[in-house]
This record gives sequence, structure tokens and C-alpha cells, in this order.
Amino acid sequence: MTTRTFLVHGLLAGLLAGIAAFVVAYTVGEPQIDKAIALEEVAGAPASDGHDHTHADPSQDAAGHSHGDEAVVSRTTQSTLGLATGTLALGVVLGGFTGLLAAAGLGRLGGLRPAASTAVMALLAAVSFSVVPFLKYPATPPAVGSGETIDSRTAVYFGFLAVSVLGVLAAVAVARRAARRWTGVPGVLAGAATYVAVVAVAALAFPKIDELGSFPAGLLWDFRIASLLTLVALWAVIGAALTALVDRTWRQHSAAQARKELAASL
Amino acid sequence: MAHAFATPVAAPSELAIPVRELAPWLALGALFALTVLVLISSVQGAITIPEGTAIHEWVHDGRHLLGFPCH
Repeated sequence: MTTRTFLVHGLLAGLLAGIAAFVVAYTVGEPQIDKAIALEEVAGAPASDGHDHTHADPSQDAAGHSHGDEAVVSRTTQSTLGLATGTLALGVVLGGFTGLLAAAGLGRLGGLRPAASTAVMALLAAVSFSVVPFLKYPATPPAVGSGETIDSRTAVYFGFLAVSVLGVLAAVAVARRAARRWTGVPGVLAGAATYVAVVAVAALAFPKIDELGSFPAGLLWDFRIASLLTLVALWAVIGAALTALVDRTWRQHSAAQARKELAASL
Repeated sequence: MAHAFATPVAAPSELAIPVRELAPWLALGALFALTVLVLISSVQGAITIPEGTAIHEWVHDGRHLLGFPCH
């Protein structure tokens, strides 16, 4: 079982995950995006959220853009090819990298077998990269979020994401050390406590973002659930497919080893 | 060993891939993943390079639904 095996498995799992995420995003998420854009266009007055979506000269300000039919890319393209570009690219990249993480985790997470260590790595990646950042800075639909604050919102989002990822790396190091000193269960608990502590402090320290204005709460909830489902679909397929592929390879590897040992013992 | 087929051949720790073998893959993988992440999430949004709005518009729905800051 080489690094290459894991990368190939991860890329394949990521491709499947990108497709799954697109299906969920298109069926569950797009209706909410359409409703949000419709609201925005009815409101019409950019002053409502201090944000002008129909910029006079787009080349002067990349942050300004229009959501309507007059947009550079039509709504149909945005919700199909455009959406698929995003989910597939992110799926393949996250799947491939999770494959590499699973390669790094192989044989390093206590006595876990390859399938189990792979599943744990995928779960940690999903929680630290998507779920926890979502809890602090949940996704926002079109019409929420000002173009003027996109810089600061992006900075704090990725800043928090970086803390979360570093926190899980520290947690794994703590868990392995504690597991060596005591046993697996205290090790896992020490790791979990480390991650929760890091993320809790960061969540308190990072600024709150509230640009909702009078956006309807029901639609916001539906959009956020759809966004979370998209991310969960992405990670669930990465985790399940990668684990299944790694397990299959490991079984083949074990069978081959067993035959070799049997032949040697004769 | 008559039971060679029944028991796992290698202990998990024997399967561990050495760090010096993993490091280059992880380094390039991380850089490539970050590049694509920035392209999908922030180019022509928070990062105003390159000029224009075409990429932003193209991946617009993905940015919103995948949870990245957008507007």
C-alpha cells in the first residue's frame, strides 16, 4: 500500500463526492438561491443592505455584480455548469488530499486497521475543514453580505478555518502521545478535548458577522440546511468511497502476503 | 502457520509509510489543493485578481452553497 494508491483512491472518491455534492446542491440548494435572488430583485434598492449588485462599471470593482438575467453568466449556467465546476473541483481536490492524509494516518493511529484509520482521517478532515467553520461562519445566501465587507469576511473565515485545521493536527498529536502513555480511550478523549478547547477559544476570539438585515429567517434556515447538506454529501462520499477502496486494497494486499508466507513455510 | 489466512498478516504499524516518502506528496498536494481552493472560493471576490467578474460569476452558486464568503 503506497502513497500513490491512496492518492488515486482519494481522487476517485473526490470525483464521486463532487457529483454527489452537485446533485444535492442543485436539487436542495438552487431553489433557495433562486428565492433569495428574487427577493433581492424585488427589494431592488441597494441601500437596503448597503450593497449594489448592479454596478455601473464592473471592471472597476470586481466585488460588484448582478444576479439578474443581465448578469455576465446566465442564472441557468450558474446553477448547472458553474455549480458543477465548483463542486467537482473542490471534491477532487479535497478527496485527493484526504487520500494523502489517509496515507499519512496508515499505521499511525494506534492499532486501527487501514479502513478504520482512513475513516478517522476523513472524519477529522470533514469536521475541521467544513463542519466547524460552518458553525462559526455559516453560509449566506445571495442578498446577504455586503460587497464592501467581502475582504474582512473572507479573512476571518479562512483565519478560523486555519485555526480549526491546526487545532485538529495538534489534537491528533496529543491523542497519539496520550494513547502511548495510557491507552486508546484516554488518548482519544485528550485529543478531542484539545480540539474543542482550541476551537472554543478561537470561536470566542473571532469577530461575529451579522449582515442579515431583514432577510427572512425561514429562507435563511432553508438555505443554510441546503448548504450544510451539500458539504455533508461531499464529505460523506469522500469518506465512504475512500474507506471502501482502501479496505479493498488492504484485503488484496493481506491475501497476497498470506500466500507468500504460506509458500515460504512449505 | 496453518492459520495464516485467518489472521491479519501485518500489524497496522508495520504498514506505516515513512515520513520521507509522504512529505513530497503532502507538500505538493497541499499547495495544489490551496490553489484550487482560492480559485473556487475567493478569486474575483475577496481577491480582485484577475480583473473582471467572469470567474466569480461562473462559480457563484458554488461559492454560496459550499459555504464560502460571497455576496
